[in-house]
Amino acid sequence: MSSILRAENIVKQYASHRALDDVSIEIPTGCVFGLLGPNGAGKTSFIRIINQITGPDSGQIFFNGEPLAAKHVEQIGYLPEERGLYKKMEVGEQAMYLAQLKGMSKAEAKKKLIYWFKKFGIAEWWNKKVEELSKGMAQKVQFIVTVLHEPKLLILDEPFSGFDPINANIVKAEILRLKEEGTTIVLSTHNMGSVEEICEHIALINNSKKILGGAVKQIQEDFKEGVYDITFKGNMIGFTNALWTGCELLDSKENGTYQQATVRLTGHKSPNELLKAIIGNVEVYGLREIIPSMNDIFIKQVEETNQPKEMSHE
Amino acid sequence: MNKINLIIKREYLTRVKKKSFIIMSLVGPILIAALMIVPAWLASEDDDLQNIEVIDETGLFINELKANDEVSFSYEFRSLGEAQKDLNSGGKYTAVLHIPKVVVTLPQTVQIFYKNKPKRSSIDHMENEIAKVIENKKLEDLHNLSLDQISGLRPDVRIVANKLSADGTTEKSAGGLAVGVGFFLAFVIYLFIFLFGVQVMRGVIEEKTNRIVEVIISSVKPFQLMMGKIVGIAMVAITQVFIWIVFSTLIIAGVQQVFKEDLMASKKEQLQQMDQFNPAAQEAKIAEKDSKNTSIAEEINEKLSRINFPLVIGCFIFYFLGGYLLYGSLFAAIGSAVDSESDTQQFMFPITIPLILSIVIAQVVIDNPDGDLAFWTSIIPFTSPIIMMIRIPVGVVPWQLALSMVSLILTFIGSTWMAGKIYRTGILMYGKKASFKELGKWLVRKS
Repeated sequence: MSSILRAENIVKQYASHRALDDVSIEIPTGCVFGLLGPNGAGKTSFIRIINQITGPDSGQIFFNGEPLAAKHVEQIGYLPEERGLYKKMEVGEQAMYLAQLKGMSKAEAKKKLIYWFKKFGIAEWWNKKVEELSKGMAQKVQFIVTVLHEPKLLILDEPFSGFDPINANIVKAEILRLKEEGTTIVLSTHNMGSVEEICEHIALINNSKKILGGAVKQIQEDFKEGVYDITFKGNMIGFTNALWTGCELLDSKENGTYQQATVRLTGHKSPNELLKAIIGNVEVYGLREIIPSMNDIFIKQVEETNQPKEMSHE
Repeated sequence: MNKINLIIKREYLTRVKKKSFIIMSLVGPILIAALMIVPAWLASEDDDLQNIEVIDETGLFINELKANDEVSFSYEFRSLGEAQKDLNSGGKYTAVLHIPKVVVTLPQTVQIFYKNKPKRSSIDHMENEIAKVIENKKLEDLHNLSLDQISGLRPDVRIVANKLSADGTTEKSAGGLAVGVGFFLAFVIYLFIFLFGVQVMRGVIEEKTNRIVEVIISSVKPFQLMMGKIVGIAMVAITQVFIWIVFSTLIIAGVQQVFKEDLMASKKEQLQQMDQFNPAAQEAKIAEKDSKNTSIAEEINEKLSRINFPLVIGCFIFYFLGGYLLYGSLFAAIGSAVDSESDTQQFMFPITIPLILSIVIAQVVIDNPDGDLAFWTSIIPFTSPIIMMIRIPVGVVPWQLALSMVSLILTFIGSTWMAGKIYRTGILMYGKKASFKELGKWLVRKS
């Protein structure tokens, strides 16, 4: 699998703190990549380095195998978290300006802009001033100018903030369509729901360090703890008695005529063994493995890495 | 390069399309025209007669200087010191004109002492009269003249003006049209550095508060964005100056035309009225008045022709751009370091001080364009665009001009480089106002 972007041992030091500490990230070509982390973790610093807004103090970045250089700017589309437009300019004029800055010719920019404006239903706003636009509409214009030059790598920093659910869905559909067309998309977000839904790979940054990375499915597999939800009919006491020492009852509740229990298996026991143990005592209606959500993994990992730091404060 | 052109184009077009630019373009020339016309008009109304005591050491000028309706001359045979004492204690004369023995060979040694400065037109008249006498004297001295000699006969008389203060000390003041032109141009530079420097700053703050800056610098280098803005706004300033010059010239020319027609009309009227009495005599009187009017105009023209206009205009453009680039880059750095215009005070202060100071110093330099203060402030690049502009029409030694220009060029290269460093860090700092200490850190930081 080739990677569109490979960052090796990136270090970025600001006057008082280290924004990125020996961070290595590889972004596979053609995937949706989630760049995750709490506020102030270093995500934006990393994105700015990819966009060549700032440079790293040490470390190397390769774009499609070549060392990152000024010419790559035109193959990257960037929608920053802090995004805006010139309020006093006309919408069309503004979009033309930004498109030309990305290296597009006037004619090409105009043709594509008209296509996108129609697609997003804002064609009649072409001659209006930006300050007359609603926030959602301004966001659409920003999204359009980000993707207009058909970048190979699209970097979206919190793309869904500020969109109502309907427009957020339009953007999400657009992201997936662009991915189908071969665009690699980097999504920097706190919205874990969208991560599980559309990201295939992630990197988790906390306190300037990458603490987790890889394919989402693999990470979830790695973080499974052998926890199962069992739905059954019968006596809860009978169920508990059937569990052996390698089993731990985490939770139980009554759900109408059914009983529900959450169990953790330890020592590499399989769910079949669990079934065998309980099947004589109760009537089993369902067994489901609990896959950790990215949200849980995120919180757990961040808290774990923060732990030693907090201790040292005491 | 193509991208920086796009930025310049946007900065230029969005500004010249603004209402405020159009209004400024219309109001500016009216103000300038008013500034030129009103004092001239006021001066022409002021009819205080100057009674001038002439101390003539040569004996050539006795009863030779012609009076007009502004000045009359009286000749006294006493020392300059006595005359000054008399003037100071409020004698019957309003000023003392001192013509030294060497005047024929050194026509610029004539001095005038006064308590209230005579009008410029009076001094022009005196210079003219003295020149005429010297010319006649030379004509008498030489009988066989070549054409070359004839053209060199009329000396370039300059009266050095001295203000006599109560304690008897004198202050020199060169005064005159040349300094007036210089001060006017210097003031335009001052005004435009302020006006358009602040526009640069506002533009940067606008991009920062609009949050568009990060989108743009993902396509272009921060330095390109900054320079594009500074150059774009410089072109707006040049456009504005050009419009001002064209319009104010038109207005002034128009007003002159109207005055002339007015004059003609009133003359005709007078003629018609006087026809009934003694037409011949009246006509002669009007003709005389007419010739006097044109002779003052000619004198002004002659003075103007003494100023080296190609040099003055060339230097104006140089100091205008140099000063603007120097201050413009500093204003851009300030804009990048703050979040809103209300935060700019602290940083504006050290930048506006030298600007305001130069206008204050300018008042001194006008009176003494060759003093130490004038020299140093016209070399130091933070004041030189304004001070040097005052000195140029009066005449500056070439090496001083060269030194001043080189130091201005070097400083604006330095300031642009510094501003670029502060700028590229500042524009990405949201939500906090930087301190001077932090600006210092940004300067030394790697990108």
